[in-house]
Amino acid sequence: MSTHDAVVMGCSAGGLSALQRVLPGLDRHLAVPVVLCCHTGSADVSLLVELLARVCPLPVTEAQERAPADPGVVHVAPSGYHLLVEDNFRFSLSVDARVAYARPSIDVLFETAAEAWRERLVAVLMTGANSDGANGIAAVRRAGGYAVVQEPATAEADVMPRAALELAGADACLTLDAIAAKINELCLP
Amino acid sequence: MDVEDIEIQLFVRAMQLRHGYDFSDYAPASLKRRIQQLVRTHDAGTISGLTTRLLHDQDFLRKAVEGLSVPVSEMFRDPPVFRALRDKVFPVLASYAEINIWQAGCAHGQEVYSLAIMLEEAGLYDRTRIYATDFNDAALAAAAEGIYATRDARDWSRNYLEAGGKHSFSDYYSARYEFIKLDRRLRRHVTFINHNLVTDKVFCEAHLILCRNVLIYFSNALQDRTLGLFRDSLVRGGFLCLGTRENIDFSPAAAGFTDIDQAMRIYQAGGSGARPLAR
Repeated sequence: MSTHDAVVMGCSAGGLSALQRVLPGLDRHLAVPVVLCCHTGSADVSLLVELLARVCPLPVTEAQERAPADPGVVHVAPSGYHLLVEDNFRFSLSVDARVAYARPSIDVLFETAAEAWRERLVAVLMTGANSDGANGIAAVRRAGGYAVVQEPATAEADVMPRAALELAGADACLTLDAIAAKINELCLP
Repeated sequence: MDVEDIEIQLFVRAMQLRHGYDFSDYAPASLKRRIQQLVRTHDAGTISGLTTRLLHDQDFLRKAVEGLSVPVSEMFRDPPVFRALRDKVFPVLASYAEINIWQAGCAHGQEVYSLAIMLEEAGLYDRTRIYATDFNDAALAAAAEGIYATRDARDWSRNYLEAGGKHSFSDYYSARYEFIKLDRRLRRHVTFINHNLVTDKVFCEAHLILCRNVLIYFSNALQDRTLGLFRDSLVRGGFLCLGTRENIDFSPAAAGFTDIDQAMRIYQAGGSGARPLAR
């Protein structure tokens, strides 16, 4: 029986190669939504979606506002918008001010996902050169969810995982190669 | 029920009963974040603290409205949208003797002036009237001023060129220290009006309505009602332009529109009714 109903992931600098390491390990029978916020700096995420789709056993798509967070699908936050999860597990978008200089902000995704899925959420924070995501990890843990932070010494940029560990700690601190197995363990039916 | 959720409902109810602003049909997640931000900005301690000030402090309403509206924008945001408007919509607008455009939710006016510049360069501006509306008076006042930070102008110059601008963006403003002031002439056909999409009705007969990234804050029901308002405000064959990530697949009223450019979210009033409703 799976103990968790959804996965949110966040990364920034070095994020693409980290995701290319992690996503191939996801089990194709994973029946929970995976929601991804990666700062790319480009005007749209279609290239990121395409690159990740090549290596991921699950379908990868840009998150659509108002649509449900479908199980067994990797949803990528669009560029230039905050991606939020509503209490009915559907996505909404906002163009409110940047949070920690970022839009999409990992904090915004994690905090709203934590309110929606509460203790049934797994959050994964990886490489990045800013502290976005730290408040989000704290919110996930406060709600009783499971927080995974990449082992900072193994991160291409360690500021993001370090900031999260300092602020909120984690339920598991893992290398990239161990992250997919942990997600499968927590979420497989 | 979560205490904070109760507090939010009471705050929203107070806004409605005391001041007539209705946020009850906003998408909850963003609204909650904005209300929490208001608590921090005004050091209110709790959302109930905000509600108390809303009820007893006359001047607080203005601050609450500012905090709950989104004045974040840029000039020529999503340049390809402006190119699409110029190539696909302007040629149709050119067939009208007088052109009415409704910019719904104009915030600080960046989009209004972007549009004015495009119309000017297309030779259409002198027969155009732009009605720029927002429910936030402070934003409307700022929009009418047309003063922005110089540090934004560089990005906007690039956007302007990508949008197909024919000259140089700097032709349209004067710079002083850290501010740019847009040419007053760009305002000559713009009317700024307070209008609330949630509570107000149709007020003009428009050939084009721009409303980008406003409906993303609305529930499905309110989005649907607003699309109906837009449909009723447009002449037959009039155009609607939404934000490039907006999704109208859940709205029955969207059947009143036909896709002109799906990627740019440009629609034309008068649909076949064939648009399938999503679940």
